[in-house]
Amino acid sequence: MSNQVWKFHNDVDTDQIIASQYLLLPDIEAMKQYTFESLDPSFAGKVHAGDLVVAGENFGCGSSREQAPSVLKALGIQAVIAKSFARIFYRNAINIGLPVIVCKDLYDHVEDGSHAKLDLSAGTVTVGDKTFSCTKLPEYMQNILSAGGLIASLNKEEA
Amino acid sequence: MGMTIGEKIIARAAGVSEVKPNDIHTVTLDRMMSNDGTTHLTVDMYHNQLKHPKIADKDKLVFIMDHNVPAENPKTAEAHKKMRNFAKEHDIALYEGQGICHQIMMEDYVCPGELIFGADSHTTTYGALGAFGTGVGCTDFLYAMTTGTSWVMVPETIRFNLHGSLPEGVYARDLILTIIGDIGANGANYKIMEFAGDGAHSLSIDERIVLCNLTVEAGAKAGIVEPDEKVVEYCKAHGREAVHMFKSDDDAAFCAVYDYDLSKIEPVVVRPDFVDNFALLKDVKQEKIAIDEAFVGSCNNGRLEDLRAAADVVRGKKIHPGVRFLVVPASKAVYLAALEEGIITTLMEAGAMVMNSNCSVCWGSCQGVIGENEVLISTGTRNFKGRSGHRTSKVYLSNAAVAAASAVAGYITDEA
Repeated sequence: MSNQVWKFHNDVDTDQIIASQYLLLPDIEAMKQYTFESLDPSFAGKVHAGDLVVAGENFGCGSSREQAPSVLKALGIQAVIAKSFARIFYRNAINIGLPVIVCKDLYDHVEDGSHAKLDLSAGTVTVGDKTFSCTKLPEYMQNILSAGGLIASLNKEEA
Repeated sequence: MGMTIGEKIIARAAGVSEVKPNDIHTVTLDRMMSNDGTTHLTVDMYHNQLKHPKIADKDKLVFIMDHNVPAENPKTAEAHKKMRNFAKEHDIALYEGQGICHQIMMEDYVCPGELIFGADSHTTTYGALGAFGTGVGCTDFLYAMTTGTSWVMVPETIRFNLHGSLPEGVYARDLILTIIGDIGANGANYKIMEFAGDGAHSLSIDERIVLCNLTVEAGAKAGIVEPDEKVVEYCKAHGREAVHMFKSDDDAAFCAVYDYDLSKIEPVVVRPDFVDNFALLKDVKQEKIAIDEAFVGSCNNGRLEDLRAAADVVRGKKIHPGVRFLVVPASKAVYLAALEEGIITTLMEAGAMVMNSNCSVCWGSCQGVIGENEVLISTGTRNFKGRSGHRTSKVYLSNAAVAAASAVAGYITDEA
C-alpha cells in the first residue's frame, strides 16, 4: 500500500513543526492539532495515519523540543524521509520510536500530494516505478527504534 | 592518535582511554538540566511509562523555570506546579525566577571537562568553560535521570582558529553570526565546534558564552572554547575548582579547520527567517527597515556586557515613540549587577521596559510577543518564521548596541 506524501522545504525548524505557544499545553494530544500551523494551518485536519513527511536538508533544526517528533507521531505520520536531519530532532525521533530516514535522492522525484511506499526493513522508498535506497541506521539506533523507543528498550532491559 | 577536547571529554565520561568519531559509547553524565519547556512531559513519562521509576543521583539534576516565568496562563501554571511538586518530592534543586537556565548553570554548576545534558538546545553554552554541553529531548533526559547514563555517538570536530581581537563596537555576537553565515545552518550538523588561538583566549567568559551558545544554530552537538586561566578564575570566583582542563593534542584529527581574523569582523544583521541569512549592518541600515519592537536579552545576549552596551547607546536619549524596547537581564545576578552600575536606570530613563529574567520574546510564548506583520530587532537566539509571535511577523538578529540604537531611531541602524 502506498501513502500520501507531504512535502516540505529545506531547514524546516522545530518552531514550524510545533510553535512555542503550544508547548506547555498539558499533553501531546492537546498539541497535535497545531502541527505545521505556520506553514499550513489545516495540516492536522488533512493528514491520514500512515502518511509520509518528505523534506530537504536539515529537517527539524532549532530547538530540542521533543514535542516536534511527538506531534508527528501522534498524527500517525509513518516516517519522515529527508535529505538530512538536524541532530537533536533525529535523536528525539528515534528515542520516541518515529522512523527518520535519510534519503538523498527521493526529494527531487516526489511531489506534494503524490504517493510513495516505504519498506522500512529493506530501507527503500518506491514512487511509481522508481525505487530509492535510504541510508541505514547504525545498529545501536536501529535496536532502539525496533524496541519502540528508548524508554520501551529500557523497560525491556529492566524486565 | 591524538584526541580533540570533545573526544577527551567523552572518553573521560565513558571511562575509556581513547574514543574516535562515530564510535558509540555509554557515558556517565556529570549533570542534567531541565527547564519548564518540557519538564511537565518528562514528569508524566516518569509516572506513566517507566516500569521501575527511580532517580539515579538527584544531586546531578537541576530544574530551572525560565521559559514562561512567571506563568502567563492557568495551563502554564499547572505545568509549573507539576515540575515544582516533582522537584520537591525528589529533593531536586529547583530555580524559579532566578534567571535563564544556561546562565544559572554557568554561574552555579558548570566545570571544565564535564559532560552535561540539558533539555534545551542551547546547552552548547557550557563550552565557554571547556565543558561538553549538549541539548536533548525529554525522553533522553528521562533515561539519563533514571540511569545516570546515556549513549553518545562521538562527533567529528571542526576547529576554528581565532586570531587577533575584535574591533571597538564589534561583539562576539557578530563573530558567531558571521561564522554561522559562512558555514550555514547545518554547516556543523552533528559536529563539535572547537575554538582556540590567541583570538579565542582574548575573549571574556561572557563573550565565550555568546560564541558557544549559538553553535547549535549551525547544527553543532557542542561548542567548546579551549579552556585557559580565565576559566580557572571564573570557576574560582563562583566557588568551584577547574580540574579537567582539556586541550586538543597536536596530532588530533579535525574534519575541517577554519581561520578567522577577529579584527576583520564587522557588525552583522541577520535577516528573517533563518539564522544563516547573514548580512552586514552597513548594508542593511541603508534600507531604514522600520521596527515595532527591540529586544535585548536571552541566553545568548542578556549579560552585563550586553546591557552595558545597550545603556551606552541610549544614555540621555529617548526610545522612538513607535517602538517597544524590552530589556531582560539573563539572571538575577546580572540584574543586580546592572542595577548597581546604574545601567538599569539609564535604560529605564530612555524608555525601556525592564522585565524579570526569563526567555522572554526570544521564545515567543512568554511576554512581548509581536503581532501580525510586526518587525522585531532582537539579540535572541533565533529568527525563525513566527518564532517571536505571529507567523507573519519578522525577526532580525543583531548585537545589543544595534538593537538599542534601532529602538531609539525606529529603524535598523547603529546610529541612535
